[in-house]
Amino acid sequence: MEHTSLLERILRGMALTLVVIFFMFPIVWIFMMSFQTNETILRIPPQLIFEPTLANYTALVTGKLMTAAGTLDIAFMRNLWNSVFLSVTSVAVSLLLGVPAAYAFARHKFRGSEDIAFTLLSFKFAPALLVLLPLTLYFQKLGLANTYVGLIWVYQLICLPLILWIVRGYFEDIPADIEYAYRIGGHSWFATFRKIALPLAGPGIAAAGLLAFIFAWNNFVFALVLASADKQPVTVGALAFITSSGIQYGQISAAIVLSITPTLALALYAQRYLVEGLSLGAVKG
Amino acid sequence: MSQSALTISGVDKFYGPIDRGVHAVKNLTMEIGKGEIVALLGSSGCGKTSTLRMIAGFEEVSRGAISVGGRRVHTLPPVKRNVAMAFEGYSLYPPLTVRENMAFALKAARLPKSEVDAKVASIAKLLEIEDILERYPSSISGGQQQRASLGRALIREADLHLLDEPMGQLEPQLRAVLRGRIKHFIKERGLTAILVTHDQTEANALADRIAVMEGGVLQQFDTPDQIKERPANLFTGTFVGEPPMNVFEAYVATAAGRINLKLPDGLSLDYDKDAFSAPVRDQLLSRERVVIGIRPYAVRRSKEGVPARVSANQWLGDQTHIAADFAGGSLVLVEHDRTRLDLGAPINVTIDPKNLHVFDQASGKAISHGMELA
Repeated sequence: MEHTSLLERILRGMALTLVVIFFMFPIVWIFMMSFQTNETILRIPPQLIFEPTLANYTALVTGKLMTAAGTLDIAFMRNLWNSVFLSVTSVAVSLLLGVPAAYAFARHKFRGSEDIAFTLLSFKFAPALLVLLPLTLYFQKLGLANTYVGLIWVYQLICLPLILWIVRGYFEDIPADIEYAYRIGGHSWFATFRKIALPLAGPGIAAAGLLAFIFAWNNFVFALVLASADKQPVTVGALAFITSSGIQYGQISAAIVLSITPTLALALYAQRYLVEGLSLGAVKG
Repeated sequence: MSQSALTISGVDKFYGPIDRGVHAVKNLTMEIGKGEIVALLGSSGCGKTSTLRMIAGFEEVSRGAISVGGRRVHTLPPVKRNVAMAFEGYSLYPPLTVRENMAFALKAARLPKSEVDAKVASIAKLLEIEDILERYPSSISGGQQQRASLGRALIREADLHLLDEPMGQLEPQLRAVLRGRIKHFIKERGLTAILVTHDQTEANALADRIAVMEGGVLQQFDTPDQIKERPANLFTGTFVGEPPMNVFEAYVATAAGRINLKLPDGLSLDYDKDAFSAPVRDQLLSRERVVIGIRPYAVRRSKEGVPARVSANQWLGDQTHIAADFAGGSLVLVEHDRTRLDLGAPINVTIDPKNLHVFDQASGKAISHGMELA
């Protein structure tokens, strides 16, 4: 680093700025739009200076959407709650099922173990729409359509393979001898799993859980088909802003800001632990 | 040695399906007495670590039985076997300090804190790791980790202490010092220990008995002296001993009251018939071909004798290793003085029949050692 010339530093700074602008612009623009009315948003040319309004947020929180054609009821807060509930529960169920399974796949090679693991992964290959049609029919027969249980179940298709495969890799990276050392010291395999394997794979489990959470949160098509208004997450709920009297850009922006906030906060929070966990050298010999 | 600490009977280990997978340990039977230190010695892949891991319970026993202190343990989980182990890869718990790593098993056994502290202190002193007790495994060197791992095993009171390459990472000086201390420690407490090593110096220095393994087969299980002086077969003969035993194929011929061991290149070792004891002579004469082995220390230079030509000459600071082209192969001899011999210099060597090891040409089994039958 100390050998970089001034020119090099300037060029690097410019390159970084470009990259940051490229990635941050949509988010910043949406953030700005969320404080504007439809009129100021659609002004040509677009203006950087405007009078901020909280009307969009108020509309979302109160659930009353004012349009040119009158007042509409929207269930945005309900949707937000649905998103939180569905994502958190799905990831929790996936972790509960996936982490022990990942451990089993990592530590015990049994007949067909690779096949089972691959089958679980292959759930991610199938196009969601292909799976959805038969699934909808089954779910209607079983009475699972439009229930939280049914949705969480389907969300396992998103979360479980992800968690299983990421966490499995982390378990495989832990030298088996560390666990043996613990077991020979007078502990059962379950205690070893809890006290040695889980903490050592902790960063990996956190990363997988976070990723699964984001995927679950961003899911659109499963919820669109399988859930009605009161079970819908924000991704589907945002459709409500496309009204008969026009698209409510301001509210959509506000909704987006509100809906990315939890994932963003979670990612920023967990990032610290992820880096810490990985740099601790838990897996180093 | 009144009581058996470990009995291994007819143990086979297959990786993969039985009888079709990789046969890592073949029909291993051995018995180790209480308070004994035994070294499993062999090169990589000889089955020594597999054996150790089967005793510890990390590998399933494909066939046969293992008993510790009279209890059959080979179907029990590791936790119920009451053995302690130091791992080749150290396997310290990363989130714990060296002290916590060592005290760990004792805490699990619910020993009072003062006793735990005293034990950790004494083991740390023994292994010279007192100054790193509060550090984490990731911040100490390989040699220190290895000592911490060794300490974690030695601190426990177990029926059996298994040490997998316990000193491989240590510097030579420290290794020599620790060998003595560890042996004293084990003997003083009457512990039974099995160590796996490929270092014969370590095996010789530490072990009461050495089990030499090769290709999954136990070649010889005996005291270090016996293994050196009476190797059971060609493998043990050439594997144990530094520099290795010189080995040549020879045809046995007799002429005018003398025994000729005809070597390649038209050379022959010529002995008076009476130079051999009667049983050895009978054995030699009943065979056409044998393999003879001579320790480098037993080869003497002399005026008359069989000609050889120097191909390498190394002064190691306390002894000279001379390699010579001899009988289509290479002959190594060791002398305690600094010997000045140029490359290509002709020398003559004699080999006393008392120092001759004779092996069967086909099976490699030992026939005689010096004047005695194997």
